[in-house]
Amino acid sequence: MSQSISGAEALVRSLLEEGVDTVFGYPGGAILAVYDRLYDYSDKLRHILVRHEQGAIHAAQGYARVSGRTGVVIVTSGPGAANVITGLSDAMMDSTPLVVITGQVGEQYLGSDAFQETDVVGITQPITKWSHQVRRPEDVPAAVARAFYIAASGRPGPVVLDIAKDAQTGLLDWNYEPVRFIRSYNPAPALDRLAIARAADLINAAERPMILAGQGVTLADASDPLIRLAEKAQIPVGCTLLGLSALPSAHPLMKGMLGMHGNIGVNVNTNRADVIIAVGMRFDDRVTGNTDAYAPQAKIIHIDIDPSEFNKTVPADVAVNADAAEALKALLPLVSEAAHDSWIASFDRHNAVEEQTVKDAELHRQSQRRMTMGEVIDRVSSATADKAVAVTDVGQNQMMSARYFRFSEPRSFISSGGLGTMGFGLPAAIGAKIAAPQRTVCLFCGDGGFQMTIQELGTIMQYNVGVKMILLNNNFLGNVRQWQNLFFRQRFSQTPMLNPDFIAVAAAYGIAGENVTSREQLDDAFARMLADDKPYLLNVDIDETDMVFPMTPVGKAVDFIMLDKDTVYDPNN
Amino acid sequence: MTHPERQLFTVTVYSENCVGLLNQVSVIFTRRCLNIEDVTASASSVSDIHKLTLTTWADRPTMEKVVRQIEKRVDVIRAFLYTDDDIVYQEIALYKVPTARLLETGDVEDIVRHHGARILEMTPEYTVFEKTGHPWETEALLDSLRSYDIRQFVRSGRVAVTKSPVEYVDLFLEQQEQRRRRIIDGLEC
Repeated sequence: MSQSISGAEALVRSLLEEGVDTVFGYPGGAILAVYDRLYDYSDKLRHILVRHEQGAIHAAQGYARVSGRTGVVIVTSGPGAANVITGLSDAMMDSTPLVVITGQVGEQYLGSDAFQETDVVGITQPITKWSHQVRRPEDVPAAVARAFYIAASGRPGPVVLDIAKDAQTGLLDWNYEPVRFIRSYNPAPALDRLAIARAADLINAAERPMILAGQGVTLADASDPLIRLAEKAQIPVGCTLLGLSALPSAHPLMKGMLGMHGNIGVNVNTNRADVIIAVGMRFDDRVTGNTDAYAPQAKIIHIDIDPSEFNKTVPADVAVNADAAEALKALLPLVSEAAHDSWIASFDRHNAVEEQTVKDAELHRQSQRRMTMGEVIDRVSSATADKAVAVTDVGQNQMMSARYFRFSEPRSFISSGGLGTMGFGLPAAIGAKIAAPQRTVCLFCGDGGFQMTIQELGTIMQYNVGVKMILLNNNFLGNVRQWQNLFFRQRFSQTPMLNPDFIAVAAAYGIAGENVTSREQLDDAFARMLADDKPYLLNVDIDETDMVFPMTPVGKAVDFIMLDKDTVYDPNN
Repeated sequence: MTHPERQLFTVTVYSENCVGLLNQVSVIFTRRCLNIEDVTASASSVSDIHKLTLTTWADRPTMEKVVRQIEKRVDVIRAFLYTDDDIVYQEIALYKVPTARLLETGDVEDIVRHHGARILEMTPEYTVFEKTGHPWETEALLDSLRSYDIRQFVRSGRVAVTKSPVEYVDLFLEQQEQRRRRIIDGLEC
């Protein structure tokens, strides 16, 4: 039975139909009708009021990445919409399902440079999976249904619905039909059994096979079949940055992170493997290094839901266009049990060198230099029994978290991978904690990125979001400093930072915290931080001269690995 | 790394007929700094389905990626990459020339016969020729008319149909219709 309601009311009801219970947003003129309706639905739909629209979208990203549900953002037209552009681009790169609702001026004002008008669809088309303007109230339910279907199906991504004022205020007869099919779009391609058989043949004939696991494994809930495949055929696994936590850090076949600051074993052995099974990853340049010198001996099996990733940077010998879980489950019975003991041992041999050189220095097993990021992150991981969600900002804090935090379950590492968005961490951690209130959420952030979205401390205050913030403070833009140190003759152009008293800033928001200036203080500080479920800020004094190693410089082969500023690893070790 | 050879490619895009589709497609070229030489938007043989035909100079590996990225757009049904050997193609050109200059020389009949052109309109002030053909043919008529003080010249974008006996868009739509029945009619979820 239908009844006449406003487009704004229909929008809110449509969100409820899609199972939404939390939205992140910021009101404004062109979205007021929707906010007026939200007022009546506050018992069913929790609205988190951020302090800047960029915070809303990064929070929604953190929420989506931890929960696997579609993140929802509501902002106004013009500047409100423009302020979510970074997050849209970030979510597009990192395949994060979002529905972003932007208000828009009334239809009669479109194109007239009206107050707070901007061409949202035109701006967002290149950085969204789908971007659509709604001008009539009767189109609202169908547009929302389509948006949710597109955002979450196939390779997930951000969707924008730009809703003109008339569509919010005008009336329609309410009726909601979820979308399960779009003629021009096939998010679930039929599994190519021939390609699966060819992949299985390659794996069964392999002497030095290796799995590269990307975020597609997590997005497809494919951790279990991935682990079963790896165990059955004894295939070592390397994870991309966003693939981290797809399998537990402690799994014996988990041999480390791939790429520029990854672990030596997986990077050296990428170029020695005879078969590579790449699952839900896209051979990003930070993973491959110089593609001309990448995996020269390997036949490459590439499993991805997005066919545009095949042969984009690295040619595939067998391309399997499928959901990762479906493809791995189909492969499993065709793959024979195998043992690759000496091959597996070779990963450990390379990684042992990393332990004795890079990690030994970073974790201060021998020295008593000033605190370093890796040391702090390693100890937070231990203090949380390796069970926390690690959310990072971008830069050294991110790479060190990826290297030194340990993971027990999927969806435990939230980081801006493809776009590398500084300022992502704090709001993403807020979204992560709201998505998983029962889990400990640790934010690892630098002093630069923290100040890019520091206003979201207000959001933490208002909703008492129990994020544990570990500020790895070296009073420098550390990663830029590292590159200036290595490649720009130590000319530290615009990287030193004069910082405020961060604990006083947090205190102004009613957030507890403390300064940590020596490693002896760490354990007690962690105990106070983790004693309850309230937000907490640790401002940790970090040695600014510390650098992230190992490192494969841009343009070098993946097995060209610097152990420190002056030492290149000999892969024939 | 050696650079693969550049050649002229024709891209055809079948899509839903929706606002902003051309923008979605063109930004994929813009992103790689590829210039679109010409573009034609029209109906296709299937009702409600729109067809874009674009040409661009590029190398094959680049264009294969471009076409897959176009196809990735939700509103795009299928996109295809062709070289001139794969298609039958045509374009149309119009030429506006002062009539007085044409009459001075008396070459009109020769020009029309030699180029297989048509006269669309003739007034005391101007004459409009029409020529359809391949680019080199419309170019040749342009060269012939230059000495007559040509005032306006315009050439359409390319229109093209494939030589292939298989209609891949129809196949895709059939497969999708089967999917739709499975999903919507509950034969499979």
